[in-house]
Amino acid sequence: MGLLDKQFEDGNIVITSLDNLMNWARLSSLWQMQFGLACCAIEMMAASASNFDMMRFGVIPRATPRQCDVMIVSGTVTLKMASRIKRLYDQMSEPRYVISMGSCSNCGGPYWEHGYHVLKGVDRIIPVDVYVPGCPPRPEALLEGLIKLQEKVRNYSSVKSVA
Amino acid sequence: MTFQEITENLKQKFGTAIVEVKETVQPDPYIIVDPNSLKEISKYLRDEEILTFDFLNCLSGLDLKGKLAVVYHISSMKHKHSFVLRVEVPTDAPTVPSIESIWKSANWHEREAFDMYGIIFSDHPDLRRILMPYDWEGHPLRKDYQVPEFYNGMKVTY
Repeated sequence: MGLLDKQFEDGNIVITSLDNLMNWARLSSLWQMQFGLACCAIEMMAASASNFDMMRFGVIPRATPRQCDVMIVSGTVTLKMASRIKRLYDQMSEPRYVISMGSCSNCGGPYWEHGYHVLKGVDRIIPVDVYVPGCPPRPEALLEGLIKLQEKVRNYSSVKSVA
Repeated sequence: MTFQEITENLKQKFGTAIVEVKETVQPDPYIIVDPNSLKEISKYLRDEEILTFDFLNCLSGLDLKGKLAVVYHISSMKHKHSFVLRVEVPTDAPTVPSIESIWKSANWHEREAFDMYGIIFSDHPDLRRILMPYDWEGHPLRKDYQVPEFYNGMKVTY
């Protein structure tokens, strides 16, 4: 289970695996890239504000990709923006994660048919870890997506399977 | 002033440069003017005391299949009246004089009309695309526009 279940027993000594420790550290401080693309960004800002307080999960918005762990693609990815998103993603240091927020960045959303300027899903240019559906998703949905991402990070293992 | 009064005023001043008067169309009546006289007429509309059209509300492009049109919605803060002008040019030679020197707000509007419809505004100071990427091909709001399959290696179609 969790890393700190037995923290104050056994004379303040915690014995755990390195994986557990690393994963715990990573999932507790998922710094987020501070950028928004469309109306989903408004919901993302609401999720950051005091009513929903995304910071209690360790999410701090950072203004440079070099300090970020997670990119929340919040909104319509136009073809013009797509190359910028790819560049920003490439500048993030590993391990890096991507949350695709809202219908537009999941699959093109309302622009799927006539949107000559819209990339039909951000997963065509960068790998996505969690898709949050909605148009736009409520802040609760984004927090749910974030918790899903934390679960994913928690189960990561640095030991590669040989098979 | 009413639409009729403004039209009469322009007709007396410019005569045949007023190509057509569409008085009964919805939602707004408009006049079609000769592109070659557009600048002159615009300047007159802005500077004449009784007209004083000091504000360009909106500049739009139109694809009329075979013809391209630019629509100018103008109004006067001073006299509280408004007016609609239109110029029409053939699609294969879509050149319209820029009115950026008369109403500054036309600058970006003309860039957008160029971006979306490929209307060339002659003597515009900075006629670049404003919405689409600079290396985009074609003008997306034209009726005969075909959406490209790929853009810079990214698949565009669903």
